[in-house]
Amino acid sequence: MTVVIVDYGMGNLASVQRALEECGAAAEVSDDPATLAQASHVVLPGVGAFGDAMARLATGGWIAPLRQLAADGIPLLGICLGMQLLADYGEEGGAHDGLGLIPGRVVRLHPGDARERVPHVGWNEVSAQRADPLLESIAPRTDFYFVHSYHFVAVKAEHAVAHTPYCGEFVSVVRAGSVMGTQFHPEKSSRAGFRLLRNFLAGHGDA
Amino acid sequence: MLKVRVIPTLLWKDGSLVKGTGFDSWRRIGAAMPAIKVYNTRDVDELVLMDVTATADGRGPDLAEIDALARECFVPFTVGGGVASVETVRDLLRAGADKVIVNSAAYSNPALVTEAALRFGSQCVVAAIDVLRGDDGAYVCCARSGSQRMGIGPVAWAQRLEQLGAGEILLTRIERDGTLQGYDIELAAQVTAAVSIPVIAAGGAGSYDDMLQALRGGGASAVAAGAMFQFTEQTPREAKQFLAAHGIPVRAAAN
Repeated sequence: MTVVIVDYGMGNLASVQRALEECGAAAEVSDDPATLAQASHVVLPGVGAFGDAMARLATGGWIAPLRQLAADGIPLLGICLGMQLLADYGEEGGAHDGLGLIPGRVVRLHPGDARERVPHVGWNEVSAQRADPLLESIAPRTDFYFVHSYHFVAVKAEHAVAHTPYCGEFVSVVRAGSVMGTQFHPEKSSRAGFRLLRNFLAGHGDA
Repeated sequence: MLKVRVIPTLLWKDGSLVKGTGFDSWRRIGAAMPAIKVYNTRDVDELVLMDVTATADGRGPDLAEIDALARECFVPFTVGGGVASVETVRDLLRAGADKVIVNSAAYSNPALVTEAALRFGSQCVVAAIDVLRGDDGAYVCCARSGSQRMGIGPVAWAQRLEQLGAGEILLTRIERDGTLQGYDIELAAQVTAAVSIPVIAAGGAGSYDDMLQALRGGGASAVAAGAMFQFTEQTPREAKQFLAAHGIPVRAAAN
């Protein structure tokens, strides 16, 4: 089993790699799309802005290989911005096309009252809408670590696996077949995060 | 519901952790790695590491050390000290920091905050504001570990930092730092009312009740504490139990 972490120049890859290794995986950080051919699992991490990230994925030659990977049913996990990039388009800093792997768009969080601040920073609960292998053995309303200002709006309810109550409610876990995403950072969510990563590593494709 | 964060702060200087009082008189208290490992097992909400003399020494952060510490840190890791360029922000994120603290450099080069936010996202740019109370009773922001008064008040500077793209504010009342006498609640209240980004209260925590006051009266989204956790028997876990008992939402300890 080889996990490839997509390095397109955005964000903190060391902690994703270290967390995957802690979960028993051989994890390789790669800036070469050719390495995807050997991957049993792929992680698309990222912090930063949507448009910048898509431009970097395009420049690095990642977009077609990632779409092929999804079509082949290789498990793909997008984390934070990486989850948002799975959508059709994002509205951060103007409209930008996404990878289009899960129908949806990415829009800004809007505070419901003065107590709610954006960015949404900190630990908040994740409630599954239905059973999903990614959340196996994770208690309902377990807290995970979030840090983001935009969120994923899924076109189809079947792709919204879990929600989190903030600025109303937003989708915090998505899945379409072997393509998954978490708005929170499992690699920074201590024990619950490790559980989720192990669940991802145990998956062999479609839910 | 979003939980309030209780954040141990580690002050770092020349290879070891230090304690100071009022941003001065640093004294060595031990190595950083064991502290990170202990906090990791205790499931803290986040860790802050400040290199307290990087700016004064005119150097950047010790990236190798940050890298080694980040590899052992499975909760959010926020790092500051000596961040003077967007390249340093990038290097720290590469080394494993999740968020980077910008302080002194923001006064002379406000564009740094904006550039970092555009490139890496507002969510990883924490703007630190260090505040003294002058003889006239007015708050004034200070750069370079409190040694340089900047002639702007914390409310105006916090609003400016938010406009520039900062995702969070780390607010420290300098004279309280290391004293265990409690946060400056009035200062926290003024700043939290003026911005819509999260504010972390810092400087002076000595008891769980101090934290409660900073959250309730001060409106803070998180509370940071250094000496309180290192030099008293009090722990982040007990702090959260105390806060929970007073109706504050906190993250329960994981099983």
